[in-house]
Amino acid sequence: MRNASIIIAALIAAGAGIETGFGASSQDFARIERGRYLATAADCGSCHTMPGSDHPFSGGRSIETPFGKLVSPNITPDRETGIGDWTDDQFDAAVRQGRGRSGAHLYPAMPFPYYTRMSRNDVEAIRAYLNTIEPVHNAVRSNQLPFPINIRSAMTVWDALYFKPGEYHPDSSKSAQWNRGAYLVQGPGHCGACHTTKSWLGGDKQTDALRGDTLQGWVAPDITSGQGALGGWSVDDITAYLKSGHNRNAAATGLMAEVVDLSTSKMKDDDLKAMAVYLKDVSGQAPQTAKSPEKNVLVAGKAIYQDLCSSCHASDGKGVPNMFPNLRETATVPATDPTTVLRVILQGAQSVATDQEPTGPAMPAFGWQLDNAQIAALATYVRTEFGKNAPSVSEADVQKARSKLAAGTN
Amino acid sequence: MARKLPAKDVVIVGLGWTGSIMAYELAEAGLDVVAIERGPWRNTTTDYPSNYIADELRYRIRHELFLRPEQTTFTFRNKMAQTALPIRSWGAFMPPNGVGGGGVHWNAETWRFLPSDFVLRTHLTERYGASFLPDDMTIQDWGVTYDELEPHYDRFEYLCGTSGQAGNVKGEIIEGGNPFEGPRSRPYPNPPQDQPFGHTLFAKGARELGYKPFPQPSGNMSRAYQNPLGVRLGPCTYCGFCEWFGCGNYSKATPQTTILPALLRKPNFSARDNSEVTRINVDASGKRATGVSFVDTEGNEWEQPADLVILSAYTIFNVQLLLLSGIGKPYDPTANSGVIGRNFTHQTISDVTSFFDPDKFIFNPFIASGAIGMCIDEFNGDNFDHGPHGFVGGGYMGQVQTNGRPIETTPVPPGTPRWGAQWKKAVKENYQSAMKPGTGVHGSMYSYRDVYVDLDPTYKDRFGRPLARITMDFHDNEIKQNAFLTDKFAEIFHAMGAKQIVKQYRKAPYDVTKYQTTHLCGGAIMGTDQNTSALNRYLQSWDVPNLFVTGASAFPQNAGYNPTGTVAALAYWAADAIRTKYLRNPGQLINA
Repeated sequence: MRNASIIIAALIAAGAGIETGFGASSQDFARIERGRYLATAADCGSCHTMPGSDHPFSGGRSIETPFGKLVSPNITPDRETGIGDWTDDQFDAAVRQGRGRSGAHLYPAMPFPYYTRMSRNDVEAIRAYLNTIEPVHNAVRSNQLPFPINIRSAMTVWDALYFKPGEYHPDSSKSAQWNRGAYLVQGPGHCGACHTTKSWLGGDKQTDALRGDTLQGWVAPDITSGQGALGGWSVDDITAYLKSGHNRNAAATGLMAEVVDLSTSKMKDDDLKAMAVYLKDVSGQAPQTAKSPEKNVLVAGKAIYQDLCSSCHASDGKGVPNMFPNLRETATVPATDPTTVLRVILQGAQSVATDQEPTGPAMPAFGWQLDNAQIAALATYVRTEFGKNAPSVSEADVQKARSKLAAGTN
Repeated sequence: MARKLPAKDVVIVGLGWTGSIMAYELAEAGLDVVAIERGPWRNTTTDYPSNYIADELRYRIRHELFLRPEQTTFTFRNKMAQTALPIRSWGAFMPPNGVGGGGVHWNAETWRFLPSDFVLRTHLTERYGASFLPDDMTIQDWGVTYDELEPHYDRFEYLCGTSGQAGNVKGEIIEGGNPFEGPRSRPYPNPPQDQPFGHTLFAKGARELGYKPFPQPSGNMSRAYQNPLGVRLGPCTYCGFCEWFGCGNYSKATPQTTILPALLRKPNFSARDNSEVTRINVDASGKRATGVSFVDTEGNEWEQPADLVILSAYTIFNVQLLLLSGIGKPYDPTANSGVIGRNFTHQTISDVTSFFDPDKFIFNPFIASGAIGMCIDEFNGDNFDHGPHGFVGGGYMGQVQTNGRPIETTPVPPGTPRWGAQWKKAVKENYQSAMKPGTGVHGSMYSYRDVYVDLDPTYKDRFGRPLARITMDFHDNEIKQNAFLTDKFAEIFHAMGAKQIVKQYRKAPYDVTKYQTTHLCGGAIMGTDQNTSALNRYLQSWDVPNLFVTGASAFPQNAGYNPTGTVAALAYWAADAIRTKYLRNPGQLINA
């Protein structure tokens, strides 16, 4: 309690010292609290806070994009290096229109194409919350992209192609819960930033919303839960996964572990359930199936699986609920792209630990133990047997995955 | 010159089972807690993952997870007149090291002691008369009773997800369980583990002889389990790599699989690994601990001030740190005075290897777990009349075959050459049809005046501190006890139809090179009289009231069971006393 009261006092003191421009209500606890919640739902801290830093939102985290490196800016209320000097219109334009303070185009690593679905009111609440954060003096050079992408005006074309501004408009034919879920998924949650297939220019393919993509060496799987890989997940399964990082089928690792840790595990159960209800209603494709691999590959893969994998994932691939993923019901195993399957076999994986599921079990690395042919056979077996005949994996695929992981270019 | 760190409410020395329990309980009470661990941090997947933990050479033979004798060791002698020498390779017991302590590499045999074990001297004197006990036997009552510890045993079993069959729920005897156990408030949280053929056959043989066999209570999971802290364990795969090994499948109860994930989420808990505590600091009065000093891996010395010190290292390190810190009067066996180092005990283990007809019996001994097994308790504690036998004490016995590993478990009949073609042939013929329990007869060791720990006059550790010196030998009482129990045990294998039975009696002198168990006990014992115990009934130091000492070092003597259940129950008992009594009124909890 002592700590909590100090923090609240500090929040109020910090808020009081700053001109917000949002009227006299900068100490409006309810609004600040709503802004804090929205900043969590929007996962601002994931990019704008260095992992492990004691200075939240002070920026400096490097974001790998297919086009080069961007570094997240400082969004604390520091007047020189943060956004303390920004007007509300400037803040709103950055969040919802993708425009910097001077009006220049922001790169869509900042997910403004999603945040644009938020209301001005919501954005003001986030600003009110950010104003209560300790100002940190930390100058960041954001744009570290190569020529010619480093010229921001290039983004004019991109915006014209891919940016559809505008607030979320509820669909009156759907329930309030569905609409709340749609708003969170499409807006602050910016799920599509990872899970929607991207064009070669890095823009969303609107026809493929939430049907999966690959980024930073991980597959962000198809999460259209109607007919897609997650068709077997119930609303409760999805809700539990977002809340705890685990459910009877799967465990969050990699980038999704961070999303759960920093964002969804801290969201309200009703909101998570609303997201799940919406996702269950987004239709996708049935998973792609491939022709059966050669029998000897499957025999070898099965032998390796039974020897090394079955002690946790069980002989039938069904694993242990909330501990070891059920390979038949995870979204990454049947994904057309085997990137995550290979990465997890090669490097192992650490699942997220949350208050609801503190265990955080991990999988060891097998890349030192199995050669490319063995891993190809294993991955092919797992994808064929448990992944609804997902495409086979070749030795060359495994070598490529190894090289990318070794070079850190994933 | 030691650098001083910011003060904490609590400093915990050693982050094994009891350190973890204490840290969780005291952090839960809102205290700012730091744990200091001599060894490295250990996690399942980075330190003993499923894909290479089954490496008998690395972990069993080369002792990967244990303390290195080069870092520190003990000296040993059998008799007070001898000169002790340093142990340079572990033998009779295996000192743990690192986060999780012995809890990482135990078998997970999770027993409760008998109600009579806690009032041993009173009980035996009442039943047999004082003259029945040897003159130099120094057994004592504990100062705490089974009934007082029951809720704390229960907490530990539910923390661990212990798999077992209750034998006595609130006084009602349950068929299939241990009818001799003290009453428990509820059944085990998980059903017993499945038993392989050899174990089932043992139970059948035991029943034919009129005994009541029951499955050993096991910290290897019979099914997936989520404990009250929200931490999950997976089902045991019966791989037979438990003792000496970490579990790669999250299916053995360890601090890592039961407490640490929840503890690490507490913002008021922190830990330092690879940091060896060199002394407990006391103020000028000698009556108050001010914290501890420790040395990091670079040799830098640090001081960690704290209001409350919990000493929760391995038995003998607890005793050594008390002696080195000048806390409590050192035990003097000649004068029979002092308390630190007295009533030091171990265990009295023996085994019976039996050979069956290979054409009729296939035991598949590799299907195993550390705490699998069928046991009988007819000859434990005072469950039988010792009058005609001329000894006290006893133990459980059972077909507790923990492994069929290729280096350790290749039993061959006596007379077989120790290597070469004949040996290979014998291994092949007998591997599937021989039975070699992991412990077999698990007998008690009672305390004696000339079995103790003090500081070695000659040998020093790398900091120049005297090593702890063990003086220990078997006494006639234990040798008689073991002969009786081993014979009884062998009769069961006879009833099972073994064609050849080889009894390996435990004999004097105590051999520090032969593995028994890691159950060193005593040396800083609990009791009701500060002239004969280092700690009061709450594990609180009589001399320094803001110091509590957990672990088997508090046992006045060792019973015929594995100690971890009792060690953990005592830790919960002490934590409860700190939370409900000490924090309200810090000071001596017993008016001496």
